[in-house]
Amino acid sequence: MKFRAKIVDAACLNQFTRVSNMIAKLAKTCTLRISPNKLNFILSDKLASGGVSMWCELEQENFFSEFQMEGVSAENNEIYLELTSENLSRALKTTQNARSLKIKLTNKHFPCLTISVELQLSVSSSSRIVTHDIPITIIPRRLWKDLREPSVPDSDVSIYLPVLKTMRSVVEKMKNISNHLIIEANLNGDLNLKIETELVCITTHFKDLGNPPLASENTSQNRNPEEMAEVHIDIKKLLQFLAGQQVNPTKAICNIVNNRIVHFDLLHEDVSLQYFIPALS
Amino acid sequence: MKCLVTGGNVKVLGKAVHSLSRIGDELYLEPLEDGLSLRTVNSSRSAYACFLFAPLFFQQYQAATPGQDLLRCKILMKSFLSVFRSLAMLEKTVEKCCISLNDRSSRLVVQLHCKYGVRKTHNLSFQDCESLQAVFDPSLCPHVLRAPARILGEAILPFPPTLAEVTLGIGRGRRVILRSYLEEEADSTVKAMVTEMSIGEEDFQQLQAPEGVAITFCLKEFRGLLSFAESAHLPLSIHFDAPGRPAIFTIEDSLLDGHFVLATLSEPNLHSQDLGSPELHRPVPQLQAPSTSHLDDFASDDIDSYMIAMETTAGSEGPRALPSISLSPGPASEEEDEAEPSTVPGTPPPKKFRSLFFGSILAPVHSPQGPNPVLAEDSDGEG
Repeated sequence: MKFRAKIVDAACLNQFTRVSNMIAKLAKTCTLRISPNKLNFILSDKLASGGVSMWCELEQENFFSEFQMEGVSAENNEIYLELTSENLSRALKTTQNARSLKIKLTNKHFPCLTISVELQLSVSSSSRIVTHDIPITIIPRRLWKDLREPSVPDSDVSIYLPVLKTMRSVVEKMKNISNHLIIEANLNGDLNLKIETELVCITTHFKDLGNPPLASENTSQNRNPEEMAEVHIDIKKLLQFLAGQQVNPTKAICNIVNNRIVHFDLLHEDVSLQYFIPALS
Repeated sequence: MKCLVTGGNVKVLGKAVHSLSRIGDELYLEPLEDGLSLRTVNSSRSAYACFLFAPLFFQQYQAATPGQDLLRCKILMKSFLSVFRSLAMLEKTVEKCCISLNDRSSRLVVQLHCKYGVRKTHNLSFQDCESLQAVFDPSLCPHVLRAPARILGEAILPFPPTLAEVTLGIGRGRRVILRSYLEEEADSTVKAMVTEMSIGEEDFQQLQAPEGVAITFCLKEFRGLLSFAESAHLPLSIHFDAPGRPAIFTIEDSLLDGHFVLATLSEPNLHSQDLGSPELHRPVPQLQAPSTSHLDDFASDDIDSYMIAMETTAGSEGPRALPSISLSPGPASEEEDEAEPSTVPGTPPPKKFRSLFFGSILAPVHSPQGPNPVLAEDSDGEG
């Protein structure tokens, strides 16, 4: 099992740092899946801790100038490892002014993902190297099955999301009043964020958001466009997701399965992020 | 005693108080003929700091009123710091600062003369005290590093603010290595991230230490002195000896000098083993192991041996927590001394910072017998 990769391009490095920051906001610990073409950051929470799952995918060649890996075996050419995502984002914080970044799997005092950054400092011509050894746990093959890409359920309603920053500021305020939020949408481009307590009901309406064409293939074909599909979710989980999005994505879709799950599907230039929040029972 | 500080020097004085406040809770203020000295020591007496401002630093400096003895006093750091709390305010509004100490009032009076004729007077109560003096001599330390404060400041930037101690040493190719020091916790399965900064020799103005030497000291106090040195654009010298001996951090210019004496961690294993010992993979952070890897031996270390251990457990069913347990022998299996760190439970090496000195020069009995500047034997009976 081997892995080493290198980033030299400053833009790629920035983007990779941004991804790691986003992951750190979304999950305390996450699984990193390394395969010959892709890197995935995976979170699959147990139901007891909220059942949120995340699947973030980046194409290796969009980031790395050099990428070598050797998985568990030829037919299972993958590596799964678990790490504290804050460690990764902290390690990558030092990459401003970096000349290059190397990532490799090592076994120093314990198994590590070693991030080594060669710094380029303005004044001195000398090289400075920062190395971070992030402790990891290798995930054995029999547990891989828990970490597969989540299948996207057939949604009742699929809708484009409004500007995430706006949504975030709305949800942030709602969080002060209620722990639960109802997210509902229809095929007419309407999305509502709703909280209900004994004292007050608040709804924020978003209009004319548009619905992606894909959704119409399934059951939703016969659906009344005005009819809402809704999910009750933990407002903190939603806020966590929204807080992690610092840059507005190029594409942002919300899929709702009535009373079961809400699925967010975001696409940033080179990175796709899927985030699943289950309905509260 | 009476002194007058003007212009930019007020801020310099304020900065010095800020960095002293990182160490002790009490400030010893002692007017001497060769300048005003501000000193402090931390509660465990493992760190001592002293600034001496030469008479030229002041517009007016009078160590003692004619006909009177030199006075010295001890005040609460908190109350003195509050006078200089806002450095931006000192810079913008304070034109001069007058510090006076006299017997009759039993007050240390600090007056800030601000713009528009505003005058702030702080009357601080003080205690009489003996002189606080650590016994140390940088010239007795065999190893010296000197670099602009900015270089060292940038070097500690990647370390998290929560990190308590850092190991400084000389690695392969005479590169200076700074590395997070983590205490080995026998029962801890959660490992912390280890960060290492490696700086080329060319960034140092002086590097007089052989490869393989290393000391471990507290980062907090070091940060304090560094921030002062950075603002004053002064180079910082680090004088050190074997682990366990105090390290002396100094800055000097014609108007002031600063000395911070910090205890270093006494790590008997480290010193004897870090030079060419084969036991490179001991869990004690060492310089040798990491410093071999930062040079481009990218593919040389892999985790094949680790993998073997994992695959043998792959068939068995078990709870999710199993991997970390079943894997722990893996990395060690390539080492002869594998069992040593993991099978001696409950005996994490205690921290061995030595107390550096006693507070008073009036107790010459405690002066060092030999060249060893450690005055006090360890009080915790480390054996």
